[in-house]
Amino acid sequence: MRKFDTKVQYLKYKVLREVARQAWNDTLLQNVFEIPKMIVPGKTPTMRCCVYKERAILQERVKIAMGGNKENPNIIEVIDIACDECPAAGYEVTDSCRGCLAHRCEDVCKRGAISFDHNHEAHIDKSKCVECGQCAKVCPYTAIVNRKRPCQNACKIKAISINKNDNAAIIDNSKCIQCGACVYQCPFGAIMDKSYILNVIDILKAGEKGKNYKTYAIVAPSISSQFKYAKLGQVVTGLKELGFHTVVEAALGADMVAEKESRELAEKGFLTSSCCPAFVKYVKSTFPEMVEHVSHNLSPMTTLAKYIKDTTENAKVVFIGPCTAKKAEAQLETVKPYVDAVLTFEELQALFDSRDIEITELEEDVLDNASYFGRIFARSGGLADAVAEGLKEQNIDFDLKACVCDGIEECRTALLKKSKNVLDANFIEGMACIGGCIGGAGCLTHGEKNKAEVDKYGREAMEKSIASAVSILK
Amino acid sequence: MKVTVCIGSSCHIKGSRQVVEQLQHLIATENLGDKVELGGTFCMGKCQQGVCVTVDDNFFSVTPDDVKDFFDKEIKAKV
Repeated sequence: MRKFDTKVQYLKYKVLREVARQAWNDTLLQNVFEIPKMIVPGKTPTMRCCVYKERAILQERVKIAMGGNKENPNIIEVIDIACDECPAAGYEVTDSCRGCLAHRCEDVCKRGAISFDHNHEAHIDKSKCVECGQCAKVCPYTAIVNRKRPCQNACKIKAISINKNDNAAIIDNSKCIQCGACVYQCPFGAIMDKSYILNVIDILKAGEKGKNYKTYAIVAPSISSQFKYAKLGQVVTGLKELGFHTVVEAALGADMVAEKESRELAEKGFLTSSCCPAFVKYVKSTFPEMVEHVSHNLSPMTTLAKYIKDTTENAKVVFIGPCTAKKAEAQLETVKPYVDAVLTFEELQALFDSRDIEITELEEDVLDNASYFGRIFARSGGLADAVAEGLKEQNIDFDLKACVCDGIEECRTALLKKSKNVLDANFIEGMACIGGCIGGAGCLTHGEKNKAEVDKYGREAMEKSIASAVSILK
Repeated sequence: MKVTVCIGSSCHIKGSRQVVEQLQHLIATENLGDKVELGGTFCMGKCQQGVCVTVDDNFFSVTPDDVKDFFDKEIKAKV
């Protein structure tokens, strides 16, 4: 088994791999309804109540692997029938309540929501409870739990609610920022990101290994914490075997952004970053008055894709990264002309295996376009470090005070403070995922060592400064 | 005249930045800026022969040490 954090990811991978395999062989249309049976053969259920439900859900997964519901503009979709309708009642007393004498829960409850039955066991009156959680904190038996759906818990911007009709999760598209936290957190795999893996296969096939046009893979620097069972150089060779003309580091785009963004910051005096599409969307939907402060730079992905398209006729560009929100970014009018498709690392693994490319057996190629500073964009704090370096290298006299926001909740706090003019900073680094891009929902694995891996990869870059990395482009 | 230097990973490691910088300098000192268009591209598919450079459609293998000779022979003399 490939290395994933969860079995849900593994299942998603199996569907993507099979869909991709059929697409390469031109047999997808013929076999599309057979794929669920290929994954769950026989009559014994492996995950749910019966094989028929399993296959019905798998059919939905196949649809999403093929691009999903075209009517739904959101790239994040709920599979209603896969949603287990988890309990979501909030604070509840469990049977661990021992009916003690102290009744700390009652004393701490300011709303008088706790009462006791003849066994002295506690009960919460939901009409009075405000879900403050104090009772759960003081119970010596941890007998009070907060029943919250994992998807709602993961969605810190509260875009997920419960459909009154069927009790399944429902996403508010006007709020959703496509960060993918719910996709990664749902234990039943009932929320998924639409895949554009078929578009990538079409692009690669029609390009005929460069005969008709060249297809460029732009890879995010967080790749340094992924595919750890092989060497990065082998991943590069694998991409070329798939039919990509070459592989370029998105980190070079990050160097270009860092250089421009530091100048923009000095000019305007206050700025937020624009690299993270989920953060940018959050500002637009929730803090519209702050939009003017968002850097006007295109993201590193788009900046580099634009360079490639400007200098190479008829080129195609596929971005490969940890991010589900990049799929939405690629659909923006300002980005569409430059980025033809987006894949996640999960999808890349499926793509390799759909062609039976065992990357551990390949020769190592090289990947070295960017500087240390471009590469560390992949982790929280890296962008702010790069902007500081950009100011220094260009001799710009500006006293940078960065507010590094690790995760969308910290972004919210910083934006709120700034909107009330009490933020003690002149630059907001906004990253929707905890840890930065290495925490992205499209990563194969998430681990404690990922940040160290990114820093190590940064130090291995041949170019030591932003200026030297970008000087090649002039 | 269009001069394109490969700036893909393999050529980058072999010194394409130095090649680009020297060519920029030489083009400027010889005042050929309006006649020679210098550009970059990621990978020409001949990584073994890097640093890869094309002058219009002709291919050359250049190193940071022989840029000056290359410039005199293939650019300055022919422009």
